[in-house]
Amino acid sequence: MSLLEATLAAPLIGGLVLAFIGHRPLGGWVNVAVGMVTFGASLAMALDVFAHGPQLSSGRMFYIDAFNVYLVVLTAFVGLTTSIFSRPYMRHEVERGRVTDRRLRLYHSMYQCFLFSMLLALSTNNLGVLWVAMEAATLTTVLLVSLYRTPESIEAAWKYFILCGVGIAQALFGTVLIYFAAENKLGGDRDDTLLWTVLHNSGGNLDPAVISLAFVFLLVGYGTKVGLVPLHNWLPDAHSEGPTPMSAVLSGLLLNVALYALVRIKMLVDASLHTNLAGHLMMGFGLLSFTVAGLFLHRQHDVKRMFSYSSIEHMGLITFGFGMGGPLATFGALLHMTVHSLTKSAIFITVGHACQLAGTQRIDHIRGLIRTQPAIGWGLLIGTVAIAGFPPFGVFISEFLLLMATMKSWPWLTIPLLLGFGVAFAGLFRHVQRMVFGEPPPGQLPVEANMLPVVVHLLLVLWLGLAIPGFLSRWFEQATLLIAGASPL
Amino acid sequence: MDRQLTAWALAAAQALLFIAAAPLLAGWLQRVKCHMQNRAAPAVWQPYRDLLKLTRKKLLLADNASWLFRAVPYVVFGATLLAAAVVPLIAVRLPTAAIADVIVLVGFFALARFFTALAGLDIGTAFGGMGASREMMVAALAEPAMLMAVFTLSMTAHTTNLSVATEYILNAGLVLRPSFLFALLALAMVAVAESSRVPVDNPATHLELTMLHEAMILEYGGRHLALIEWATQIKLMIYSVLIVDFFFPWGIATEFTAMALAGGIVAVAAKLMGLAVLLVVWETVMAKMRLFRVPQFLGFALMLGLLAMLTHVVLET
Amino acid sequence: MGIATLGLYNQAIILFASLALLTSFIMLAQARMLPLIFTFAWQGLLLATVSVLVAIVTNHPHLYISAALTFTLKVVLIPWLLYRLSGKLNMHYDAEAIAHPTLMLLGGVGLVIFGYHVSQSIVHLSGLATRNTIAVSIAIELLGMLLMCARKSAVAQVIGFMSMESGIFFAAVISTYGMPLIVELGVAFDILVAAILFGVFFFHLRDSFGSLNVVRFNRLSEANEPMPLPEPPAGEHP
Repeated sequence: MSLLEATLAAPLIGGLVLAFIGHRPLGGWVNVAVGMVTFGASLAMALDVFAHGPQLSSGRMFYIDAFNVYLVVLTAFVGLTTSIFSRPYMRHEVERGRVTDRRLRLYHSMYQCFLFSMLLALSTNNLGVLWVAMEAATLTTVLLVSLYRTPESIEAAWKYFILCGVGIAQALFGTVLIYFAAENKLGGDRDDTLLWTVLHNSGGNLDPAVISLAFVFLLVGYGTKVGLVPLHNWLPDAHSEGPTPMSAVLSGLLLNVALYALVRIKMLVDASLHTNLAGHLMMGFGLLSFTVAGLFLHRQHDVKRMFSYSSIEHMGLITFGFGMGGPLATFGALLHMTVHSLTKSAIFITVGHACQLAGTQRIDHIRGLIRTQPAIGWGLLIGTVAIAGFPPFGVFISEFLLLMATMKSWPWLTIPLLLGFGVAFAGLFRHVQRMVFGEPPPGQLPVEANMLPVVVHLLLVLWLGLAIPGFLSRWFEQATLLIAGASPL
Repeated sequence: MDRQLTAWALAAAQALLFIAAAPLLAGWLQRVKCHMQNRAAPAVWQPYRDLLKLTRKKLLLADNASWLFRAVPYVVFGATLLAAAVVPLIAVRLPTAAIADVIVLVGFFALARFFTALAGLDIGTAFGGMGASREMMVAALAEPAMLMAVFTLSMTAHTTNLSVATEYILNAGLVLRPSFLFALLALAMVAVAESSRVPVDNPATHLELTMLHEAMILEYGGRHLALIEWATQIKLMIYSVLIVDFFFPWGIATEFTAMALAGGIVAVAAKLMGLAVLLVVWETVMAKMRLFRVPQFLGFALMLGLLAMLTHVVLET
Repeated sequence: MGIATLGLYNQAIILFASLALLTSFIMLAQARMLPLIFTFAWQGLLLATVSVLVAIVTNHPHLYISAALTFTLKVVLIPWLLYRLSGKLNMHYDAEAIAHPTLMLLGGVGLVIFGYHVSQSIVHLSGLATRNTIAVSIAIELLGMLLMCARKSAVAQVIGFMSMESGIFFAAVISTYGMPLIVELGVAFDILVAAILFGVFFFHLRDSFGSLNVVRFNRLSEANEPMPLPEPPAGEHP
């Protein structure tokens, strides 16, 4: 069994096993163990790819290159750390009576199935399977969003289901169009024309009219999952109403995977189109999301909702970066994807503890975290500082790179970008400052919290901010070379 | 010269046959409907008896009726008669075919309807005005749908001439045209609405809330009423013949031999009888709609007409 | 190329495709629950028939599998599921008030024109005699989306969703003779799971909101008023 197969099989088998034993106290540990196996396998595979270059599995079902292998590792890593966090968290939820045994089993099983579908989406070589895996990612999480069975959570899950369903259907149509264009150029009697490698190697041959139409459909489709404004309505609801570990993986991973799909498609489209249509569309949507989400940050009353708007903002920025193209912007966008994932999942983990501490998600009722439980207070504060783009954290570096790239190719756009950074910063801090400091309500007691994942994530982000380690930077460089066609260094 | 005379005679005979057969179609419809609803059925020629009875009755006019009110039955009957004369019933290539244009046909109907509505208003009763306004509403919605449907047919046949179009369809043989199917449905819905049948109107009731056509002619009596009723029956027949001509033209005479003409008569009679049975089934299973649902019904007909045109453009060219 | 020059099978493809389009319009206008479900099943049947016909005409036996998938899912399983669920929820004879029905139908016609316009740029690549049916498939997809947007009932939204999916599947059949088998099976599996999940959700929605009318789903919004407070657990808030 190859390492890739191990990476994919671990969560799948884990999901099946957990479907039977997920409600036992052991379930949480099994979840962690599966996460570890997945992460270990993915890491080994990454080293292999790093040493020997892109790998195409036999039968050409899977394709691993520098771009997706790093996302696979990131996904496995955040999946692991979130599962470490989720074990005590979910136990606490069971004790509070918000989750029954059956639903806990469902939760654990679906958690691993969700990871499996994301890993499948990342590693598959077939654009159709990519779609199937993206849809599966929706299907596995939709019951988790409504896990608490409150009217709000069911409404959120319904919105998530319907909006993402409609969106992803557009992506399917776009995929059909790509297949149509490919069959036309490569001959209809072969059945491998939906393979990304085949399409990419035939570069520049596909019919421009069909391909641009396909890209529009795919942008709308996968863009809905990325949470691009104006297709973002499901995202804050789903993030705020689901259990916190779900918010962490949705925000930190699923959005990345959707964006990954979009970038893969863009690489195909660019090769055939010779205009920058795809890039301009992505820049427009990205900038719109960035600005609108920054403004929405200000009027939030729910802490998870607020941070989900922050996710939309950052995904907008990354989309903008990929849309701009060019080695510098692509490098910045890749780095930003990583640091955003790490930071945002750390924040959601902290916020989860904070909500358990305060017994509510309302910002107005969360006060004095730093006094009641300094670890949570500091975690939230540092996480927010990091996500707002302060040096010395990695987010600062990536935002700086993106800003530089903008200044170089689109000088006028630096103004809305800078304004957006300011607006988002103000929006975050006007809420977080009161939550962290402020007067704790009487009787507020510390909760059992596992801050290890938060510490690890934030340390990693700090590390990336101070110095990008050589192997990682070479890796990003390879990915940049793949996407943008030129090296940034 | 002789041939021409025969042709004109044939055309006149066809028009006469048309208006003479119209009450028969109504009688047949009535009879099938009664059978369908397990009622004792009147004879097929009951409509003739009714018309005869009405013409024998003494004419009574309202005090404030103007000359218009007296003229309207003749105008309506005349317009309908002209419309009937141009529709190919048993043969195509008749001399009247030269003016047998669908748009002219729609114009004749509009003329008759306009004067009926005027008459309804003329007498000044509440029912007359109400009926006129309702009839105009239905007409305003039905007419575009009808035009869409016939345009689709004329786009296929490259003509708006009824006779030529019929012959074109006859010669094209069996082609599965989705646009014809949609146009047929649209035309059928319009026909139901225009000839005051269920579910838009109910010709058999004088219930004030539901009356459309009947409300306008409530003040008429005697031979005036006879003419209007007759015109209504002819109108129903025209719509039926139109549908038959456009969608099932097989059997219509293309040459003026006795055999062909006889065949045409038999074919059209059989087709009309079949269509009447369909109409009866439809009227039996449908309930009369509320007046406010009528725009939706006709909106659907208009949509079908548009769809017919679109499928013609998209799929058939 | 007029329709009269095509063979009977191709004419039948065009006819059935147009009828499927008509069922989309009927669904738009149909306010009652049971006829809506049945119309949806009819659409599935028409599209499955078209798939079979395309398979015969173009000699792609692979399309029989597509047709069988469409038939199993869209004609048997999903309508049956919806029928049973709406029966359990006592909704068989529900009718919803459709806002602006005629306007919606005309909007639908507009979408057909839009679909035609979109398809114009791509159909020239297809060698199929009936390639213009691609416009119909786009229209079916867009009409499904219109149905989802315009209706307030969750069941109607689900039907709109499934109808969209049918339209896309049909597009694949008509433009590329179906997708690769693994993709088709994957898509069908996803649809099936989605249908089952929708069923689960109907019960949750009814239990939480007392109805399947999405107008009532208004607890989450960007309104300035804070949301109603969740019950604070005992002992944490004095």
